[in-house]
Amino acid sequence: MTKRKKLMQGNEACVSGALYAGLNFFAGYPITPSTEIAETLAKRLPAIGGNFIQMEDEISSIAACIGASLAGAKAMTATSGPGFSLMQENIGYAIMTEIPCVVVNVQRLGPSTGGPTAPAQGDVMQARWGTHGDHEMVVLTPAGVEEVFTLTVEAFNISEALRTPVILLMDEVIAHMREGASVPERGELLVVARKEPKEPPAEYLPFKPQEDLVPVPAALGTGYRYHVTGLYHDETGFPTGNPEKIDGLIRRLKHKIILNKDKFSFFEEHLTDDAELVLISYGASARAARAAVNQARAEGIKAGLLRLITLWPFPSTAISRICANASAVITAEMNLGQIYAEVCRVLDSTQRSLSVTHVDGTLIQPQKIFAAIKEAAK
Amino acid sequence: MNRSTGIAKYLRLDRYPTIWCAGCGNGQVVGALLRAIDTLELPQDKVVIVSGIGCSARASGYLDFNTFHTTHGRPVAFATGIKLANPELHVLVLSGDGDTTAIGGNHFIHAARRNIGLKLFIFNNGIYGMTGGQCSPLTAHACSATTAPNGNMDTPFDICELGKAAGATFVARGATYSPVRLEAMMTDALRHDGFAVLDCVTQCPTYFGRMNKMSSAAEMLQWQKERTIPLEKTALLPPHAVKDKIITGVFKSESKPEYTALYRNFHRQLRKDGPHV
Repeated sequence: MTKRKKLMQGNEACVSGALYAGLNFFAGYPITPSTEIAETLAKRLPAIGGNFIQMEDEISSIAACIGASLAGAKAMTATSGPGFSLMQENIGYAIMTEIPCVVVNVQRLGPSTGGPTAPAQGDVMQARWGTHGDHEMVVLTPAGVEEVFTLTVEAFNISEALRTPVILLMDEVIAHMREGASVPERGELLVVARKEPKEPPAEYLPFKPQEDLVPVPAALGTGYRYHVTGLYHDETGFPTGNPEKIDGLIRRLKHKIILNKDKFSFFEEHLTDDAELVLISYGASARAARAAVNQARAEGIKAGLLRLITLWPFPSTAISRICANASAVITAEMNLGQIYAEVCRVLDSTQRSLSVTHVDGTLIQPQKIFAAIKEAAK
Repeated sequence: MNRSTGIAKYLRLDRYPTIWCAGCGNGQVVGALLRAIDTLELPQDKVVIVSGIGCSARASGYLDFNTFHTTHGRPVAFATGIKLANPELHVLVLSGDGDTTAIGGNHFIHAARRNIGLKLFIFNNGIYGMTGGQCSPLTAHACSATTAPNGNMDTPFDICELGKAAGATFVARGATYSPVRLEAMMTDALRHDGFAVLDCVTQCPTYFGRMNKMSSAAEMLQWQKERTIPLEKTALLPPHAVKDKIITGVFKSESKPEYTALYRNFHRQLRKDGPHV
């Protein structure tokens, strides 16, 4: 049966996906091109008994989300480059204290104020390394409105299951674009509920990892009184100066994501089976790359597209497998080669690796990518 | 009854000794707060202590409630999320003068503006103790600090004036030299339905004292006492007598709908009438 599609904007699909996943708390600060997310939630959240609050800045927006999440809410904030920069310290705090939350960054052209409505993908590395210290990051990037919906649900699920902040990295085109999207029925997609402790408070260790390396910190006010801190801490939650415990914590925070990464290492292949030239792209750029690949095929060039959906942890295994027989790999993105450098690290050093970059504030065109394919196919 | 025994149940004694120096006033502020909590019999499981970064922020680790040691300057913002998500919790913020009025100044005034039911207790020692004695927005003019070796050129904030102007509905100032009065104000602040701010003037003999020729807690408390005038006595004094003095007392206690209660009423209305959009 064909499902009826609904005309939706990317930012609206993000809201619908978040509500599907159980969002009941949003704190944010207006910033183009993410503002429709806040505006739509200001209408929809109170109507279902959820909380919407416009905070004084992006620092307090993510802080309020983390606080609400610790009180048991499913929380999200949404922003763009300048605001995302301001959120970095507390993203690190959420990693360290293992408090779930979803952060949407609708990228715009940077650095600085840059171009508020200009498409760009310049925050790929900031999403990975924006907060200080060693850490692992989960970053998902959609290439269409329907995928915004499903990836928002995934972002909540991963965040709840691994107790870590998850970044939904959109770009301006995907966020503002309207296209038909079929909305899943209730029950069609998995929605992960947060785990609650089973042991009595007297035996409870809030930061003791379970088999999946994830602990089960209780919601505030449920009778489990414990301490949460951004300082190095042990399983009790209290600060520790013990080098072994410090080392163990930092490694566990990374390994809990690496251990589980196959569950959310998403990518899509298009005509890659016999491809001699593999395009790697993501987000809005991948739509142009797909058109370029189709054009190349029409001209007899064996090109294929590997579209990355999970950007971090970097899908190294998939890339080396899919590109194994390629004579050249071309990475096309709206930045100066942030993912290209990662692709080069993964490929065999003898393989040709080329980069198509784009930072003029317009959407990258298929012709530009097609020209690079033709050049590489010579 | 020995009131110290009464409050021992609120302490995580296994986390002792504290990191605080001998003569530090933080213990006096915490003691007054715990006695106020005890008087009001707030249920331990429903009390959340949120703190930022600094010496005073470490108090959260020693208290047997739900405790949340957050990032520098941001405890009020974290607390706002907690209170809105679960209004039945008693959300208390313990913060230093640098934490609240420098890096966290914006969150302070906006929480006051919203009149959200947080209780903000500012441990005001007029110095950054944790980092070794730098001046804060509350260091008195001309006092010395490691970042003001020739005397502080800045003019300090008045927390109570700031809180009042920003819309806090309970505003008071107490001092550690007068702990009984401080405790009474804490009880009033905890009872208040709305955003309450209590400026708790305290002493840091290690850094503030040493750099300002008062190396003992007793000297600092004496200095505090000499500079302090209770609010009710100021009416009888000429303006020059109160200039640069620390005025203690309750400056504002106003009844106004609390933010999360307003929000809940709005929810109910919305579900009854349907959205207005």
